[in-house]
Amino acid sequence: MEVMWLLEIVDLSVSIGGKQVLKNFNLRIGSGETHALFGPNGTGKTTLLNVIAGIPRYTIEGGRIVFKGEDITHMSMDERARLGIGMAFQRPPAIRGLKLKDLIKIINPNADAPAILKMMDFTGFGDRDVNRGFSGGEVKRSEMVQLLAQQPDFVMLDEPDSGVDLENIKLIGEAINALTQKDQRPSLRTKSGIIITHFGHILEYMKADKAHVMLNGSIVCSGNPREILEQIKKSGYEGCVACLCPA
Amino acid sequence: MPMSSIEERANKAREKKALFGTDVDLESYESEAKPHEAVQQAEELPVEVKKAALDVGVKLDAEASGAYVQMDQTPVVAKSLFEGVEIMDMASALKKYDYLQDYWWKLVAPDADKYTADVAKATPAGYFIRAKRGMKTVFPVKSCLYLGSTNLNQRVHNVIIAEEGSELHIITGCTTPAHVQRGLHIGVSEFFIQKNAKVSFTMVHSWGKEVEVRPRTGITIAEGGSLSNNYILLRPVKTLQTFPTATLAGRGAVASFNTVIYSTMGNIDVGSNVNLNAPDTSAESISRVVSVGGEVIARGRMTGRVPGARAHLECVGLLLSDKGRIYSIPELDGQSKDLDMSHEAAVGRISEEELEYLMARGLSSEQATSVIVRGFLDVEIKGLPEDLRQEIKNITQREDLKGS
Repeated sequence: MEVMWLLEIVDLSVSIGGKQVLKNFNLRIGSGETHALFGPNGTGKTTLLNVIAGIPRYTIEGGRIVFKGEDITHMSMDERARLGIGMAFQRPPAIRGLKLKDLIKIINPNADAPAILKMMDFTGFGDRDVNRGFSGGEVKRSEMVQLLAQQPDFVMLDEPDSGVDLENIKLIGEAINALTQKDQRPSLRTKSGIIITHFGHILEYMKADKAHVMLNGSIVCSGNPREILEQIKKSGYEGCVACLCPA
Repeated sequence: MPMSSIEERANKAREKKALFGTDVDLESYESEAKPHEAVQQAEELPVEVKKAALDVGVKLDAEASGAYVQMDQTPVVAKSLFEGVEIMDMASALKKYDYLQDYWWKLVAPDADKYTADVAKATPAGYFIRAKRGMKTVFPVKSCLYLGSTNLNQRVHNVIIAEEGSELHIITGCTTPAHVQRGLHIGVSEFFIQKNAKVSFTMVHSWGKEVEVRPRTGITIAEGGSLSNNYILLRPVKTLQTFPTATLAGRGAVASFNTVIYSTMGNIDVGSNVNLNAPDTSAESISRVVSVGGEVIARGRMTGRVPGARAHLECVGLLLSDKGRIYSIPELDGQSKDLDMSHEAAVGRISEEELEYLMARGLSSEQATSVIVRGFLDVEIKGLPEDLRQEIKNITQREDLKGS
């Protein structure tokens, strides 16, 4: 049976400012799957997410990105978003004069803003300018609030747990589970996701189906999220690859 | 100042160009306006006047402490709805109160330039608003200066006195209907804010593409007094130049200027000038300019003359087109030790990062730009009653303010 991939990245090479960041990169994510992405700083994880989102600073040197069967490699950011791609930014900007609750309404006029804000314990923040003066953890909750309004089919999470205290990590994990339909039986799930995390705390509160280790712009090892995370903790990224995915 | 001396000084300044702004040919405008009929209350005004007033945030039928409406040179409504506030047309007030001679042309010189001179020579028209001692109201005095005849030189002279311990809020909308092709508006305003009085003055301008505007404003603030001055210009204008000057004359006096400009064409030269002349005074001036065309000069000048004075200037501009220019001129003049004066100025484009962030949520580039522009213009103004704050927000958040 032919597998229906929600997202398919084929031989993608990307550079920024003349420096190659992704080299013949390949990744396939099926409907209903959530993948975790590990790797040292500067290895191209954020670039990958930015390129899938369509941020225009990057040069696509080769390969393609296919989403829902459509080649989106050169599609604009907003078109991709409307097609169902959502992203929680690692360091999102503040938008002066735009209230969070107003942004929710712009993202999705049918969204139940009060319920979403309440779910993220963020009720008082609806009347504040988006991300303005928010703490590190508050920014991450703001990202989740916006994604819960957007309800993308494919959600990308760039370190959603960095700077978040333990209590709120649980909340964020719950939001990710909701976004990726982990409350439903696997066969019924259609929404997918990819998450970048350094310390993996968040994985205790959310379900990831697969994990990958990235080194120097490529995936060098894939497998069970828990096993990979444990090996990384034990022997570092390269040690993990040597142990679990020997060449 | 005796009337004869005012006239004499004005005569000498007939040809005197203003320090800033383009030069206006006064001779090319009509100085005689046809009179209009006065009405008993604002509700009876012609529909087009009420509509035009609404466009500049002046809801004449909503709750107010009073109203003043001037059509061309005729005061058609001057009515107080709150016993703590007196509102009269200027000519009547000058007749009624001899003491007004001590306020008339006291803060703006009749020979400051040819525009003030021109107003000094004209029959007085404008409003006299007096908040009585200790009387406070959050309901604003609503005023509309309506320039309804093509080619007219509309001259206005206002005097505002907030007596000791009073609280007064004024919103003035100055506007022309679409059919007025060409016109000139010169408005002289003198504000006397006495001990511990609190005043907010919000002015919204909406002119035509061939209208020239020269407001001339002087303000004095006594001990413990405060002023929040807000100026909003979002519609096209041919040329406009104003540089209101406030003097903080008594201990602890406070002045705050907020300016919001959306420029599409023309030559706009605006700013504020504050003299901090007494101990513990503080002043703040914040201007936000968006230009998609036309030239905007945003000035700010603060002069600190006594120890302990605090002043902050902020001029931020978003320049969204090659057809526009934003020239930001913040000036700080310290003349004493122990001052705390600062400024920040920035002119630039919309941040790519903010644009991309909103586009990642599905907003088109145009939508995202417009959301950012409206957010930028949404100045948080302190010290205004909630209703008035909301009015200003409604004006600055109009859907038609876009990035191009």
